[in-house]
Amino acid sequence: MAKDFRLPEGGHIDRDRPLGFRFNGRAYKGFAGDTLASALLANGLHLVGRSFKYHRPRGIVSAGPEEPNAIVQVGLDPRTEPNIRATQLELVEGLIARSQHCWPSVEFDVGAINDKLSRLLPAGFYYKTFMWPSAFWMKYEHFIRQAAGLGKAPGARDPDSYDKTNAHCDVLVVGAGPAGLAAALAASRGGARVILAEQDGQMGGSLLSQPHETIDGKPALDWVADALIELGRNPEVRLLPRTNAFAYYDHNYLAMAERVTEHLEEKPGKLPRQRLWKVRAKQVVLATGAIERPLVFCDNDRPGIMLAGAYQTYLNRYAVRPGQRAVIFTNNDGAYGAALDLQRAGVTVAAIVDLRASPDGRFSEQAEAAGLPILTEHAIIGTQGTKRVNQVTVAPVSADGREITGPGEAIACDLVLSSGGWNPTVHLFSQSKGSLAWDERQGCFLPDRPAQATHAAGACNGAFGLASCLRQGQAAGIAAAAPADFEVKEAGELPQASDHDFLPARWTWLVPSDKPLGRRGKHFVDQQNDVTAADLKLALTEGYRSIEHIKRYTTTGMGTDQGKTGNVNAIGIVADELGLRLPEVGVTTFRPPYTPVTFGIFAGRDVDDLLDPIRKTPIHSWHESNGALFEDVGQWRRPWYYPRGSESQHEAVQREVWACRDSLGILDASTLGKIDIKGKDAAELLNRVYTNAWSKLEVGRCRYGLMLGEDGMVMDDGVTTRLGDDHYLMTTTTGNAASVLSHLEEWLQTEWPELEVFLTSVTEQFATVSLSGPNARRLLAELTNNIELSAGALPHMGVAQGTVAGIPARVFRISFTGECSFEINVPASYGLALWQAIVTAGEKYRITPYGTEAMHVLRAEKGYIIVGQETDGSVTPLDLGMDWIVSKTKDFIGKRSLNRSDMAKPDRKQLVGLLTEDPAEVLPEGAQLVDEVLARPPMPMIGHVTSSYMSPNLGRSIALALVKGGRARHGERLHASLADGKTITCEITGPVFLDPEGERLRG
Amino acid sequence: MLLITCPHCGPREETEFSYGGEAHIERPRQPDRMSDAEWADYLFMKSNTKGVFLERWLHSHGCRRWFNAARDTVTYEILAVYEIGTKPPALDPRDYV
Repeated sequence: MAKDFRLPEGGHIDRDRPLGFRFNGRAYKGFAGDTLASALLANGLHLVGRSFKYHRPRGIVSAGPEEPNAIVQVGLDPRTEPNIRATQLELVEGLIARSQHCWPSVEFDVGAINDKLSRLLPAGFYYKTFMWPSAFWMKYEHFIRQAAGLGKAPGARDPDSYDKTNAHCDVLVVGAGPAGLAAALAASRGGARVILAEQDGQMGGSLLSQPHETIDGKPALDWVADALIELGRNPEVRLLPRTNAFAYYDHNYLAMAERVTEHLEEKPGKLPRQRLWKVRAKQVVLATGAIERPLVFCDNDRPGIMLAGAYQTYLNRYAVRPGQRAVIFTNNDGAYGAALDLQRAGVTVAAIVDLRASPDGRFSEQAEAAGLPILTEHAIIGTQGTKRVNQVTVAPVSADGREITGPGEAIACDLVLSSGGWNPTVHLFSQSKGSLAWDERQGCFLPDRPAQATHAAGACNGAFGLASCLRQGQAAGIAAAAPADFEVKEAGELPQASDHDFLPARWTWLVPSDKPLGRRGKHFVDQQNDVTAADLKLALTEGYRSIEHIKRYTTTGMGTDQGKTGNVNAIGIVADELGLRLPEVGVTTFRPPYTPVTFGIFAGRDVDDLLDPIRKTPIHSWHESNGALFEDVGQWRRPWYYPRGSESQHEAVQREVWACRDSLGILDASTLGKIDIKGKDAAELLNRVYTNAWSKLEVGRCRYGLMLGEDGMVMDDGVTTRLGDDHYLMTTTTGNAASVLSHLEEWLQTEWPELEVFLTSVTEQFATVSLSGPNARRLLAELTNNIELSAGALPHMGVAQGTVAGIPARVFRISFTGECSFEINVPASYGLALWQAIVTAGEKYRITPYGTEAMHVLRAEKGYIIVGQETDGSVTPLDLGMDWIVSKTKDFIGKRSLNRSDMAKPDRKQLVGLLTEDPAEVLPEGAQLVDEVLARPPMPMIGHVTSSYMSPNLGRSIALALVKGGRARHGERLHASLADGKTITCEITGPVFLDPEGERLRG
Repeated sequence: MLLITCPHCGPREETEFSYGGEAHIERPRQPDRMSDAEWADYLFMKSNTKGVFLERWLHSHGCRRWFNAARDTVTYEILAVYEIGTKPPALDPRDYV
């Protein structure tokens, strides 16, 4: 039986290479050169899916990227991929594919009940029905999504690899049909560097489906073969078959997805599955062809109803004859060509049903001469057959095309070919922001004014005859090469060919039926999203006018095919109904991607370890081998805490915190941002970017600074040290190092070019080891013989240079713990040696390495802020109680904003400490604070917890918080109202919990 | 994605650059003498021009230098790039349909 569907000869398939594949669990055979769709049709299968909403049986409609129905799930988990168009999927041995949108099977689908209930499922059904109660939407959505079903995502990670590559060219040609090939030939003959991208596996475009066409007296495909040889030999030409140019961005930047290995049986291990091409072209030639438009008639969606041109492709390219007895329904001359091809292939043409009153054109004359039965001024007004069309009803139509004027007549058939004209593939042109114009004669939107260096040629530019395509293609190639500095002196003779288009035609957007629209029959406009003409009319009745709104309300054109077959029909129906011309209704926006693209190519190789750089300090290996757990701080990986034995996080952190106050702790602080500042105006720069004054800072001394944005909000903080007359070292918070450097550079370059200051990031040039605790000085003294460490010689906020453990070092007396602390900077390559020397020497003091968590507890005990934790871009120095650091006299970035009256309002959120009533209870960070706990939200919130820890030194929990007017409320009570309904009562205190006089710090 | 010509490095992809908003907004010399409204105007109120717009760019993943550009916000065409502190080149007025 199957043999009957495949013609005994012809087509561009390799009959010596039969391929086995499975569809919906059953085994079939096809040939190399087939698509899944052509192989299915060759096996007599039309029914390939169920529709999205009504679950109606659906068949293959097209032979290309416009396919709305034959959308399949390909491959097995984890290589499975949904929403693949069977019409573009090249057949390979062992291919496995399944229908989507149906359960339990495509033959019997329980969701088909929706078809019977369709009057209950009008346009906007979901909007109307599931509006309230709003909390139920989540429940509805679960079932709606399951019922809709757009294939299945893989259950495990993608085992394949993907690649990205950049390319530059003088001329990018998209589409390798006659126009594209002619353009590529012309441009390359002028010497231009050309990329020719073709979505199909074979180059040639429409010529692959038109065996009767000739160029220069030879079969057109001979010309194609010669062109490909010439282009292939030119080292400046890159041919990219299987490459979908899916996006056209600004400045002639196009994105293209190449299928590299999917079509190969043996996949070379080193090649990626797909490759993303990012192309910057000086000039672009769009030769993207055209897509046939179906006619919108009653029940036009049954399997066996397809586009006339698609049928010619299956017949001529794939040697498939998917029916025995056909009815052709057309409004133009082109479909008669399909009728003639059918007759030649031995298919019975039961009738050509023509909406036109008098068919006059080259093909219709040939058809008349061949004796094919033609019914003029007739329409198909209904179809029969559930899983395959088996009968159509035809009737005469009125001159205006809106009414049926006579009784219907039934015609038996197993195939209906429909043609409603052609839509140029203007998607990329429109994405490039080029404008479109309506061509009344050809009934289509055409490229009008380009917005970029873009040329359109061939059918996508309204040239439907072969000679016109070749002429436009060659002209576009010459025109594109010229501005790229390549004068085409010898483009070659213009290839000679016939020049027949599909005209004349008569535009009827909605074919009438003998039944009221939407009753006992459906006129499908968008088959993928199950949108009917009745839905469009309902949207208009309900007051929608903008085509963009109608699109969203009815979802027409919003499927994965983006309405490639349906959109212009929808615009035509809306225009007719509103009494407007099509261009007055306008087109909806074309958006990338042209056809769906897998996520894999966007990820490319930027996965796993290559997703984001990891920055490690020179001491990282010690932390790893000593059991540290790590925390990500920006891209840095910092030790979080160092659990010993079976310690929990809490136990480890408590031990580390205690050790710092009791004896000695050691912290790897290498990640702190460090900016080397030199130049005679360095102090002036600091004066302008910090809130406090810097002119009087002596060499060898350090100062804490607060940096604001011009809006007066805290941006960063850190300690800056004066190393020499014109030499400073600024430290920044770990996460802000890059942004602070950029901030300073911006002001220097754009506002203060007169300042002579040079900034260098030295974060990675130094390793920083911080020693903290009562034994810090004692240990350090054992390791240096040239730095005087006494409180008199090296006081708090002082710096000294010398050697530590024999390593050249800068020793800063800076503390973030409130203990006597020393930060030792050594060249990065010495970092690990320094650390090891200190740890070994410090054993007698039970030196304890501590991580970021203990560091946070230690600084919170002292009420030291962390920018980004106590601040969030809406906190001023005054809010933090740090007005002591804000100069009253000099100007600095942010000063004027601090003087706004709003900044002095007493009810601003201010930094306070919080002590819970129960000292064992630790407030959750981020907890919202209220004066009074109400039975249920909303409650007036007066602040939130910014930091909260258990403090082993205080033997109780502590927290920092921002509370409205908090500084005036010390001693008052408030409540943390938690999400689980629990309430924690606490008392407002000052933010410094330990050693407020700083005796430990200065000792 | 734009192709931006850095005055120091030549044409580079937009991903190498950071945007810096409207150009030629000078920081007031004496902020203290400004009213809150005037200060807010300096700080927050930027032009939203349809057409040729003078704006700042930073070649952040290149030479790290700031420069100015004249860009058409309708067509995204970059009509000129010029150094910080210099006056914009004379440009023809444009019509938009």
